[in-house]
Amino acid sequence: MGDKTLTRMDLSEAVFREVGLSRNESSQLVESVLTHMSDALVRGETVKISSFGTFSLRDKAARVGRNPKTGEEVPIHPRRVLTFRPSHLMKDRVAAGNKR
Amino acid sequence: MIRSELIQKIADENPHLYQRDVERIVNTIFEEIIEAMSHGDRVELRGFGAFSVKKRDGRTGRNPRTGESVQVEEKHVPFFKTGKLLRDRLNGK
Repeated sequence: MGDKTLTRMDLSEAVFREVGLSRNESSQLVESVLTHMSDALVRGETVKISSFGTFSLRDKAARVGRNPKTGEEVPIHPRRVLTFRPSHLMKDRVAAGNKR
Repeated sequence: MIRSELIQKIADENPHLYQRDVERIVNTIFEEIIEAMSHGDRVELRGFGAFSVKKRDGRTGRNPRTGESVQVEEKHVPFFKTGKLLRDRLNGK
């Protein structure tokens, strides 16, 4: 099992190798992709990338939480959370690639 | 928003690039993330979120219709954790 962590730099390096733009432009394009996806989510849209997965939003109701250390009750405000549902292709490739 | 709309937005912002290159760029980014996870690696995109692989232990499952026991093997599944900045933006902070 791998233990590497890839970052934006690795993604822009892949774009650089694949398309042959400058490194600088490649990294700007990676950033634009992430920005457009984030902005759509912030507008409340679902982001559906075929053969990758779907990012969708769920509204969570307010509830009373508890500080596990002190036992003190704390109100948890209603909030919006993001969930990612991987595509079948992603699940299959991740399962196959990590099989012992 | 779907993949083609994302590609279109990037193409509109970069009129000097061919549409087919924009498609390759966007596809390369998603492909690289899947490829990394299929090696068990993590992809951390600060402010957006992190993709990682979680191990699910093998277990004895049950066919809900027949009640029959079935052995479910250990497997690895993709996981995404939302980044702090995006989580805050989703909540108007």
